[in-house]
Amino acid sequence: MAQPRIVIIGAGPAGVRCAEAFVAAGLKPTVIDEGRRDGGQIYRRQPANFLRSYAALYGTEAGRAEALHASFDKLQGKMDYLPQTLAWNISEGRVHLMHNDGVRRASSLAYDILVLCTGATDRLMPTPGWEYAGTYTLGAAQVALKSQAVAVGRQIVFLGSGPLLYLVASQYIKAGAQVAAVLDTSALALQWRALPKLCARPSLLWKGMLLLRAIRRAGVPILRGVTPIHIAGDAESGVQGVRYRTAAGAEQHLVCDAVAMGYHLRAETQLADLARCEFSFDTASRQWLPQVDEQGRSSVAGVYLAGDGVRIRGADAAENAGRLAALTALADHGYAVAPEQTATLLQQQLPMEDFRLGLQQAFPWPAGQAAALPDTTVICRCEGITAGELRAVVNLKGAREANRAKAFSRVGMGRCQGRYCGHAGAEVIAAALDCPIAEVGRLRTQAPVKPLAFNVVEEQQ
Amino acid sequence: MSARVFQADVIIIGGGIMGSAAAFFLRRRGRSVILLERGLLGQQASGTNFGNVRRQGRALLQLPLANRSLAIWQKLPELIGEDVEFLPSGHMRICYGTDRLAMFEDYARKARDYDLELELLSGAKLRERFPFLGPQVGGASYSALDGHANPRLAAPAFGRAAARAGAQIFENTEVVAVEKDGVDFRATATDGCTFRAPAMLITAGAWANKLSTQFGETVNLVAHGPQMGVTEPVPYGLKTVVGVSAPTDLETLYFRQIPRGNIIFGGGQRGPAYPDLQRAYVRPENTLNQLRQLQRIAPALRQLNVIRVWSGIESYLPDDFPIMGASARVAGLHYAFGFCGAGFQLGPGVGDVMAELIATGSTSTPIAPFSISRFVQPETLAATA
Repeated sequence: MAQPRIVIIGAGPAGVRCAEAFVAAGLKPTVIDEGRRDGGQIYRRQPANFLRSYAALYGTEAGRAEALHASFDKLQGKMDYLPQTLAWNISEGRVHLMHNDGVRRASSLAYDILVLCTGATDRLMPTPGWEYAGTYTLGAAQVALKSQAVAVGRQIVFLGSGPLLYLVASQYIKAGAQVAAVLDTSALALQWRALPKLCARPSLLWKGMLLLRAIRRAGVPILRGVTPIHIAGDAESGVQGVRYRTAAGAEQHLVCDAVAMGYHLRAETQLADLARCEFSFDTASRQWLPQVDEQGRSSVAGVYLAGDGVRIRGADAAENAGRLAALTALADHGYAVAPEQTATLLQQQLPMEDFRLGLQQAFPWPAGQAAALPDTTVICRCEGITAGELRAVVNLKGAREANRAKAFSRVGMGRCQGRYCGHAGAEVIAAALDCPIAEVGRLRTQAPVKPLAFNVVEEQQ
Repeated sequence: MSARVFQADVIIIGGGIMGSAAAFFLRRRGRSVILLERGLLGQQASGTNFGNVRRQGRALLQLPLANRSLAIWQKLPELIGEDVEFLPSGHMRICYGTDRLAMFEDYARKARDYDLELELLSGAKLRERFPFLGPQVGGASYSALDGHANPRLAAPAFGRAAARAGAQIFENTEVVAVEKDGVDFRATATDGCTFRAPAMLITAGAWANKLSTQFGETVNLVAHGPQMGVTEPVPYGLKTVVGVSAPTDLETLYFRQIPRGNIIFGGGQRGPAYPDLQRAYVRPENTLNQLRQLQRIAPALRQLNVIRVWSGIESYLPDDFPIMGASARVAGLHYAFGFCGAGFQLGPGVGDVMAELIATGSTSTPIAPFSISRFVQPETLAATA
């Protein structure tokens, strides 16, 4: 039997463990990754000439980061690793690549098994003024720190909700940055109520508590149940402050020169969409996600999904999911897989799902903010389209569905292709129609996954 | 919900730009109209095409229709009360080398008889007027009055104008059966609703053959997907629509820049389209070919990034002409479909001509070459009634 051609997209926790499992079975997968180095977002490796320690970079997760990097290093020579490579499109049985290491080259790879370990990015709800220079996503703020050891500003407000809000704020504090405050839109009561589910992973819950304590000990205020009013500033000088309403209803103002914002995460699902996987609406996270079984099978034969790119369960669950997807693909392709290995991994995933649901409950996506956004608020930053313009195509031109509203208004038509504005845009449409969010649908993915440069050299297949 | 019955003077099936414009012009002629659309207005070929409002390069036989259509484009937005971003920016056909210049000249001479004025450019004059062109470009044929418009907006805007004028528009209404029942046509939708009228117009693009077949008029209609793309926005400088005339599909690219700054492009080989699944795809290798070819036309484009590609479902006939006019077999039945990837510019004119034909029994614009009778043997009406 010819060995199946295996392509793994992503070299984060899911992709690395997935590759490792294929190699352990005697196969040679190809690992495609946009990054310069492996580790993904959470275990992002600093440039080779940077010398910060694992403890300094990854805190409580230093052990896991080091283990993942070491595992990946051991795979060298046993896989084809293509870093700095964008998988920009998928056609039937073939993934299309753009190599960005030096001369830009285009190539493509046929696959029998495709495992998408595409991770997640920040989920954003617009706030008036979020288009000013100095507004970063939490993820971008963390990349700046982890990769290049720089902060996004001198005086930074952390705004949003979710574990990353506290994690990145604490990392900034530890690095010596001035954090003005952590403004969490989720109410404390919600976080208490989610405790039973969060207790599914007591060690992670404990780590979260430690983060909170570290932030408080640094004298940085944590406010919960906050409603952002606007980011103050102007187009020339950028961010100058944040105006918000406290849980008690008082309007307050914080001076800052940067805002790091985000509301937990959204799965990067474009490749699954281009691979023609079916999607369904996930009520817990209020987002459309690719359909997947517990072992990682998508609706398309030969296409497997693992990690935060399909369900936001975090890095530990992603490592398991990467292994599971590999074992499942192996079994599906006639390789012997010890059933207890799969069973153990499936068992370990159970508390991960409980914890995911707990996080969604504790740090909910602030859907309600969308209805209250002033008409002048920019929704689509790439195209500069406001909430008012989006509402107008809903109310005056009858656009009741996300793609229709995009066609009429241009929301989601810019460089990011709706990756950052898509969820908020859908909420604005649903609020304007007073209909369930699922009825608005989701923006169809169109290639390229990220902007594709004209000046490429094509490799002959 | 109980199935309901609706009645009008004319039923139009298919809410692309042809059907939407026909609904609008029929209302202006005082006819009551039902427009049935399976999805949303202008979602398929009408909404996904390049947006060329181009007469030059068309078969001479199509020019009277294209001229009638241009006259309508020129009356926008006043005529329909909405801006569909029509810009008479000029359109330029270019060729590599000079082999095709004689062909350009011949076409320009003949087109003059159809009121299409073309200016031929080559050498230093061409470079001076259009300095962005690459060294391989050897000549051009320039049409000052042609231009481009926004396909995402055009058909829905005609549809809304028709609705404001009193047309009954039913979106998300898929017709499963059509028949002529005595004097009236009857269309039955999947939800059981029926629509009756003494006249019917089928403007259902790639899906039209399923309907015409129910009247015994099957044609060899094939679906393909246009291969479109758009760049990030850059300062507005390329105001002329540019299209290549070349011996091979691979070289036949076209592009236009919109005032917003994005450059929209298409051409090269077509992609797969599946009308039954309502899906069409861009082949990645076609995108890469487009990037290569566009740099031949305008080398400066090499600095840019593509941010999105898309396709849609267009329908083609073997002789590259549309089907337009009365049925060969059934009195009161009319067709306008199969525009072979070149229907957008014609859309408003087709709507106007079909409205005239249905309302008066004839049209002042010659459309005989597009009759379905070239594919279908006429039968006596008695045999089908």
